[in-house]
Amino acid sequence: MENNIIFDLKNITVAYGDNTVLKNLNLSIHDREFITLLGPSGCGKTTTLRIIGGFIEPDEGEVFFEGKKINGVPPYKRQVNTIFQRYALFPHLNVYENVVFGLRLRHLPEKEIKETAREMLELVNLKGFEKRHISSLSGGQQQRVAIARALAVKPRVLLLDEPLGALDLKLRKDMQVELKNIQQRLGITFIYVTHDQEEALSMSDTIVVMDNGLIQQIGTPEDIYNEPRNAFVADFIGESNIVDGIMLKDLYCQFSGQRFECLDKGFAPNEQVDVVVRPEDVDVVPVEKGMLKGTVTSVTFKGVHYEMIVDIGGFKWMIQSTDYQAEGDRIGLYIEPDAIHIMKKSEYSGMFGDYSSFSEEYEELSNAEEPEDEENSGEEEDL
Amino acid sequence: MNRRSSLNSKLTVSPYIIWAALFIIAPLFFVVYYSFTTSAGDFTLENVQALSKYLPTFLRSIWFGIEATLICLIIAFPTAYIIAQKTDKIQRTMVMLVMLPMWMSFLIRTYSWMAILQDTGIINTFLTKLGIHPVHMINTGGAVILGMVYNFLPYMILPIYSVMAKLDYSMVEACQDLGGNRLTVIRKCIIPLSLPGIVSGVTMVFVPSVSTFYISQKLGGGSFDLIGDVIERQFQQSYNYNLGAALSLVLMILILISMAFMNKFSDEGEIVI
Repeated sequence: MENNIIFDLKNITVAYGDNTVLKNLNLSIHDREFITLLGPSGCGKTTTLRIIGGFIEPDEGEVFFEGKKINGVPPYKRQVNTIFQRYALFPHLNVYENVVFGLRLRHLPEKEIKETAREMLELVNLKGFEKRHISSLSGGQQQRVAIARALAVKPRVLLLDEPLGALDLKLRKDMQVELKNIQQRLGITFIYVTHDQEEALSMSDTIVVMDNGLIQQIGTPEDIYNEPRNAFVADFIGESNIVDGIMLKDLYCQFSGQRFECLDKGFAPNEQVDVVVRPEDVDVVPVEKGMLKGTVTSVTFKGVHYEMIVDIGGFKWMIQSTDYQAEGDRIGLYIEPDAIHIMKKSEYSGMFGDYSSFSEEYEELSNAEEPEDEENSGEEEDL
Repeated sequence: MNRRSSLNSKLTVSPYIIWAALFIIAPLFFVVYYSFTTSAGDFTLENVQALSKYLPTFLRSIWFGIEATLICLIIAFPTAYIIAQKTDKIQRTMVMLVMLPMWMSFLIRTYSWMAILQDTGIINTFLTKLGIHPVHMINTGGAVILGMVYNFLPYMILPIYSVMAKLDYSMVEACQDLGGNRLTVIRKCIIPLSLPGIVSGVTMVFVPSVSTFYISQKLGGGSFDLIGDVIERQFQQSYNYNLGAALSLVLMILILISMAFMNKFSDEGEIVI
């Protein structure tokens, strides 16, 4: 990845009436990187994308493209193209005409248009689909046409707004790999918006975790997963047990009534902190050998492992283990120093990381989010 | 399908079949029958041959119809576009305002235009008061077309609006995104996507404009006879049902041809929204 910055957002604020969608956001995007804006519905990720695309003007702040301020530059003059959530293919045109739409607007010679179209359809594995009608394509194929159409005009930056949201799981996984390949092959910047943390982790060079109009953390997928900055990030990315703790001194902390060695330092003595332990980092041991002791309250088979909820002094932990434990068993837990991650207290402390109210159904409900409403103003009711 | 359910389905559709037979097929049959018979009921081609006399009237009707349709389209397209951009509440109000004149009788609306356009009408009284020379407006071709545009404009606005209101705004954004400026967006995206609305609007304005009567009598002062007026006279004054039917038949065929033409248009740009 090169270090030159292609997009720079400075002090961006956007509000719709009383509802502030972005609060003083600063973000630098490097050339040729795959950057993902990740967050729950309404966190401002789509708004950020639309500011970059030129569809929304920020109320405050500046947008720079390669050092030049581009506030007020309309979308059609930006070297940026978008894959829309519902693809927005033109239903009155066939596949070929959709792909060459942008090229025709540029009045390129017919030979060049043909050549680019062939190249693009090959890139997205849609050779031979030229004459097909958009309505006769499957969701995945429409997605590919949208990608070909956006890439045909050779953008410097491709914006992707939850592009895989409408596809089924299998297809989504395939497309993730394919998108990543395309990005690496073409060597252009991808700015990707999603609420799916797994998608973000597996594709991105950089992840920007957002909530409530604020950037919570920017980092590589490993950083974000291993060193979450606050309880929100820890909870949103993967599963986390987040307990209240005290940082006794450097390398020593205390939680759940026990002292633990850890790798973190730089906190004030006896500072109140949030402690994160990932479910897969906890080892199940016999009760007498456990650093913590608890009772298994539920067990779910997940294929790769069993997912257990363990009651430790009234706080419910999630533990993933390949060894089966029966419901009601007393077990001991062993936690390595490097499995413990200490975070400063934040506004999110105490809101996440307790599995006492955990249920699969609830989790699914909260994940099945609707598209962000800020862009749906075009959908009006029928006459 | 067993016999019972097929009987049931026949029974269910029978009212519609009777309705269609009574009110669509029978009248059509009579139009054709009268067209090719004398008043005594004998077969004749006289009525059809007599039509050549009305060629100028036919041409004028078609020409006026085309003009009125085009003017309606020019007014309606931007109007529908503007309405569709507004919030739901404003949209509803504006659509109601568009339909409001339709709540009044066609007759009254046309009479009002007489009062407005007359040499001593509202506009000219106003102009005279301002010291401007009055303009002769009533009894001109322009007044007839104005009457058609006024009366049929809602039929153009509403179908275009309803297509535009359903238009996925991300299409517009996609067009901008790919390099389309405002004009391109309208030309390459909004017009083709609104085509079904335009086609039905054009049909719904052109057909009544071509066949209209009364407007030209009142606003054209009798010097701009349209085919609808001629047909009306055959039935109401001359009691020449046979010639009237022949005229109607030709008008019907003309309308069918133009509708087929318009449908071909919309088929080519078939749109699923």
